[in-house]
Amino acid sequence: MASTFSQLASGMVVSAEIFLLTLLFSLPLGLIVAFGRMSKVKVIQWIVKIYIAIMRGTPLMLQLIVVYFAPYYVFGVKISQSYRFVAVIIAFSINYAAYFAEIYRSGIQSIPVGQYEAARVLGYNKTQTFFKIIFPQVIKRILPPVTNETITLVKDTSLAFVIAVAEMFTIAKQIAAKQASVTALMVAGLFYFVFNYVVAFIMECFEKKLSYYN
Amino acid sequence: MDDREVLLELRSIKKSFGEDVHVLKDISFLVREGEVVSIIGPSGSGKSTILRCATMLTEIDDGEIIYLGQNAATSVNGKAVYASKKELKEISKTFGLVFQSFNLFPHYSVIKNVTDALITVAGVPKDEAVKRGMELLDRFGLADKADNYPCELSGGQQQRVSIARALALQPKILFFDEPTSALDPELTGEVLKVIKQLASEHMTMIIVTHEMQFAREVSDRIVFLENGNVVIDDAPDKVFDTDNKRVREFIGKLNS
Ligand SMILES: Nc1ncnc2c1ncn2[C@@H]1O[C@H](COP(=O)(O)OP(=O)(O)O)[C@@H](O)[C@H]1O
Ligand SMILES: [Mg+2]
Repeated sequence: MASTFSQLASGMVVSAEIFLLTLLFSLPLGLIVAFGRMSKVKVIQWIVKIYIAIMRGTPLMLQLIVVYFAPYYVFGVKISQSYRFVAVIIAFSINYAAYFAEIYRSGIQSIPVGQYEAARVLGYNKTQTFFKIIFPQVIKRILPPVTNETITLVKDTSLAFVIAVAEMFTIAKQIAAKQASVTALMVAGLFYFVFNYVVAFIMECFEKKLSYYN
Repeated sequence: MDDREVLLELRSIKKSFGEDVHVLKDISFLVREGEVVSIIGPSGSGKSTILRCATMLTEIDDGEIIYLGQNAATSVNGKAVYASKKELKEISKTFGLVFQSFNLFPHYSVIKNVTDALITVAGVPKDEAVKRGMELLDRFGLADKADNYPCELSGGQQQRVSIARALALQPKILFFDEPTSALDPELTGEVLKVIKQLASEHMTMIIVTHEMQFAREVSDRIVFLENGNVVIDDAPDKVFDTDNKRVREFIGKLNS
């Protein structure tokens, strides 16, 4: 039993790493993608539209495989062992960036034009207007959908098994097969549940923190 | 003749939306230091568009916009050419705009709404900005609301905060676009009172309003606008006694 836990623990760490690194990269990347999606340059707008459509329209599992094998099939580079984890982070980040981009975009477009005009007449430049006036209001509005995506991400980390990254779920399955018992899988389920509970709790704290105004 | 300095001159402003929606056909008028000019006219006559053009929120097609002798827009071969970005930024410091819907920043406290541009844009040190902001709030009876958020205030209070926000940057001209139209009738008085207070201190103001009695009391001149043209530009008593049928009808309707 104890060894079951210690084995699972290493998987938990990997899952948590995938989760945190994906958020770290996809949240800012999503903002850049959102800007591209709203760009006045039609070409950029279209490229970004296609990118988002592919990311949202194909399975993440397939994207993982493509990102993992791309260096070999496209560039003929031998795939190293350490690239597995990197591939997971790349695939997850560009996938979640697409979802976050659409969330940012809807949030940015929901801010009344009067806010921009007030800022402009007061002399704020574009950067100041965005980061001081618009973005803080956007964050408040997009927290609920971002929470949803984040919870989905916790569960999606299990997809890393497809390129043999030993995250939580992979290990749980191996143990379950060896012991011919579902205990390890139950523990894994509990892990995801608790993980998401914590995520939801943290997001709720953010929402409360921003509830000082309407 | 009037020898007060001309703060703003609009010359033959033309503005269309699309091919054939000529919203401003040929608008010209002057505003001198210390003057209060009210712009009245039917809905859709182009009142907001004039203010938006004068504050550079909307670009004009042709004509000249001149602040303190400096051209923000110049007419060249029947087309308006704007000054450089840098010059426009400088010129923009001469005016402030108060919106019908306040457009306060909801995530900032009242005092931060009033002082943030002063700190961020004008580079005034924070203590100095807060001191100035508190003085303004005090003048408008809002000192006790400094730490509240806009959503906690009544519409009348919010509009007074937005006036304070515009004044904090010490503009030479203040534009108002129907400052009381979004307010419940019982709250318009407190906002009009603040504007009257400013008029008595000789603040130069251009006010779009439907409050005829107020316009008559507070204005040095009233401009009546219809279909994108200035129909009358005269002293309030002359405008109220005009023979022009359309103007009489309009004023009569709102006064009854
Ligand atoms: N951005 C715009 N695009 C197209 N038409 C506009 C735009 N802004 C204003 N208009 C039109 O210009 C006319 C004058 O509008 P406005 O200046 O808001 O009138 P007022 O403030 O006197 O009620 C209206 O017919 C309005 O529909
Ligand atoms: Mg209007």
